[in-house]
Amino acid sequence: MAKAHVTTTVNGDAVEFLCDAEQTLLDVLRDELYLTGSKEGCASGDCGACSVIADGRLVCACLMLGVEAEGLAIETIEGMADGDQLHPLQTKFLEHAALQCGVCTPGFLVAAKSLLERNPDPTEIEVRYWLAGNLCRCTGYDKIVRAVLDTAEEMRGG
Amino acid sequence: MAANSHGKTNGSTRWVGTRPVRPDGVDKVTGRARFGADVHLPNMLVGKVLRSPHAHARIHSIDTSAALALPGVKTVVTRDDFNDLPSEFVPAGEMLINYRDVVRNVMAREKALFEGHPVAAVAAVSEKVAREALARIKVDYEVLPHVLDVVEAMAPEAPLLHEDLITAGVEPAPTTPSNVAKVVEFKLGDVEAGFAEADIVIEREFSTQPVHQGYIEPHACIANYSEDGQAELWCTTQGHFVVRGHCAKLLGMDVSKLRVTASEIGGGFGGKTVVYLEPVALMLSRKSGQPVKMTMSREEVFQASGPAAGTRVWAKVGMTNAGRITAGEAVLKYQAGAFQGSPVQPGCMCAFAPYDLAHVKVVGYDVVVNRPKVAAYRAPGAPQSEFAVESIIDELAKRIGMDPVELRLKNAAKEGTKAAYGPTFGPVGLVETLEEAKAHDHYRTPLKPGQGRGVASGFWFNIGGETCATLNLGEDGTIALVAGTPDIGGSRASLCLQAAETLGVDVERIRPLIGDTSTLGYTFLTGGSRTAFASGMAVIEAARDMIRQLCERAAKIWDIPVDAVEWIDGEARPAGSNAGEFEPLSLADLARLAGKSGGPFVGRAQINAQGAGPSFGTHIVDVDVDRETGRVTIERYTVIQDAGKAVHPSYVEGQLQGGAVQGIGWALNEEYIYDDKGRLQNPGFLDYRIPVCSDVPMIDTVIVEVPNPTHPYGVRGVGETPIVPPMAAIANAVEGALGLRFTDLPMSPPRVLKALGDARVPKAA
Ligand code: FES
Ligand code: FES
Repeated sequence: MAKAHVTTTVNGDAVEFLCDAEQTLLDVLRDELYLTGSKEGCASGDCGACSVIADGRLVCACLMLGVEAEGLAIETIEGMADGDQLHPLQTKFLEHAALQCGVCTPGFLVAAKSLLERNPDPTEIEVRYWLAGNLCRCTGYDKIVRAVLDTAEEMRGG
Repeated sequence: MAANSHGKTNGSTRWVGTRPVRPDGVDKVTGRARFGADVHLPNMLVGKVLRSPHAHARIHSIDTSAALALPGVKTVVTRDDFNDLPSEFVPAGEMLINYRDVVRNVMAREKALFEGHPVAAVAAVSEKVAREALARIKVDYEVLPHVLDVVEAMAPEAPLLHEDLITAGVEPAPTTPSNVAKVVEFKLGDVEAGFAEADIVIEREFSTQPVHQGYIEPHACIANYSEDGQAELWCTTQGHFVVRGHCAKLLGMDVSKLRVTASEIGGGFGGKTVVYLEPVALMLSRKSGQPVKMTMSREEVFQASGPAAGTRVWAKVGMTNAGRITAGEAVLKYQAGAFQGSPVQPGCMCAFAPYDLAHVKVVGYDVVVNRPKVAAYRAPGAPQSEFAVESIIDELAKRIGMDPVELRLKNAAKEGTKAAYGPTFGPVGLVETLEEAKAHDHYRTPLKPGQGRGVASGFWFNIGGETCATLNLGEDGTIALVAGTPDIGGSRASLCLQAAETLGVDVERIRPLIGDTSTLGYTFLTGGSRTAFASGMAVIEAARDMIRQLCERAAKIWDIPVDAVEWIDGEARPAGSNAGEFEPLSLADLARLAGKSGGPFVGRAQINAQGAGPSFGTHIVDVDVDRETGRVTIERYTVIQDAGKAVHPSYVEGQLQGGAVQGIGWALNEEYIYDDKGRLQNPGFLDYRIPVCSDVPMIDTVIVEVPNPTHPYGVRGVGETPIVPPMAAIANAVEGALGLRFTDLPMSPPRVLKALGDARVPKAA
């Protein structure tokens, strides 16, 4: 079967790619566009390591087909920093040591950014439930939650 | 926000004990860091594994012709491609592996021994073609009866996994094969005499389920074998030197012809200390003449990579009415999976290690079953046996109405205690963790109605071992640090801190790198909580080597004897006024003058680190149990552990928190569910539920520092002990809440509901 031609926007840049009908958006990002910052931990929507934002919605890239990206604006971890300026969440994750192995980190950062865009003043419980779709096996979540709460406070100018 | 640490420092250090941003941090928050599956090579093929659908089956034949005929398929590998290897045990982490078994685990030979056992592999131009090719391979299986349970596997009529397995460790040696690979025994004093001194004796049987390490990054590698017989391998591993050794052995290569690079590693916890895909990828690459990339799916990770051993443990403890423990005895039966080598030996050694006992006897059985071969998981073997003992200790305390921390303090192992497994402890910090527990706000805060509080302690040895490190001084006075232990949780930061401390320079001037297997001498893997300790010792040794060279150079420049030069605060100074009047030469000055004054500076160390410091921890947990659903909620959790010295306290806290939450999963939820054909029913994160963010509270930590005398800054290693106490601590807390003692893990909602129901129904007379 011929590959599909898809036109989309990734981190603000117009991007075209060809993909098989069964390739997921995650496959396309990683294997066709070489954007390997989004990780595959499960390919079943259970770990959140592949979290990206599609037209403002937080999604698991492993649960979306590549062809479904047609016309959407996709944001990945690679687009999170602004030039050489890290996003405040990235800085706080480093300060709080909110990562050990770091493989879950891109997914947590993308998910947390999407939370703070919706809710700039989340409670600890809200952070924990919003991030419940992102698995981390290393940290026990403590420092991740602290980093997100601290970022929210800083971004509110607190 | 206040940091959640109460780390106490001893001695004065400038860098060790501080919390700089880790040197690899920015790469990890920007998606730049390259993990096992993040590399692509030109002309690369995709490798895929065909796995046995049966738990136990003889393999009569494998027909790969239809697969090979498919366009885009470049090669196929089966058992015929690997030479059989004789029985030879080599260390893998804290466990031993046998090459005869490794070659069989990587690719089934006579039989498939678990569902998911590799039977063949293909390399093709795409994942899609590779999958199609797998479907075309015909395997003629003769399905055999299987056995999953450790006790059933020990029965005389059990299906035999290995027809030639004769139990080791019993005299006289049995004449018939069985599934019991080994029996081990540790004894101190005379348990019968010890139990005779006791006023109270409690004995119980416990069971734990296999649990997976659950690293978020699946196994992945890329192999590139060239026509001249040399190869490079990129993989996610805790020990690339160990991978090199295993792969070279399985492929019949010289180790010098195989260069292994450790990618960034997305978690391991012991599970990435062995090889699965790597030898297969190399073989596919050798046969196809192209690079081959292989990754496991999550399902494959669950089916075929190592869980921790499921166990049956019987334990018995005797105590006087005054709270003195007089004797401990235990029998441990550990699942090894399809091949021998469960961590039953460390399980035996750890069982009673927290206590100063005169009479101990522990017997362990290593038993093969039709499950994936177990792999190390944080303190391998210890959580299961200590769960049993720490549960009984709690029951004993409740029996005599003594505070469980007090009872532990009365009997705690300390400096001079002779452990049942042999050594006499040097300075250890169990008493200190218990004192901290007693004084902690958590322990003094009253419980809410219906809640229960539990305490448990835990022990792990920690290890040292063969380790190399290099420091290369750049011409501008900055330093490249090369270590050989993959950085799994921030160890590059702690190695830089130790180098900075020793050299007396700013930590920002040191950039770390994990060297590939050609850049350093043999370095054992990241495991056994050894990296901050052993690679730390190597880095300190390399720094001292560099200081020696720098002092010699300064002496030469000043034309004074070398013993008239001393190294203080990052610069060479004349030692005292007799040495002469010279302006100090800093590291940067000497680096700049290197070329003119005699050549570059390279500090090296190659050591076999000895004297790892044992580590103890004590956990406190409060739980609430929903009587309607059976769900246990962790309301509050505190980890107290002796780190010896916390080099980077944030990452020490992270180890304590992460280990505790893994323990919470082990205690409350995680288990493998098999159908009656021995097929795993929950090989995914949806049904094998590890704790998620909303399942747990903040995990408070207290770092105790009782220095390890063999390390210059007192480091013990911290990674493993934190997974030991949670299971018993939580069971003890649930007992406090419900008055019901759980001896079988996990304490999942269905089990808790059932126990509540059973307790409500009055027993028939
Ligand atoms: S890889 Fe998409 S949720 Fe796990
Ligand atoms: S830091 Fe390793 S999985 Fe989160």
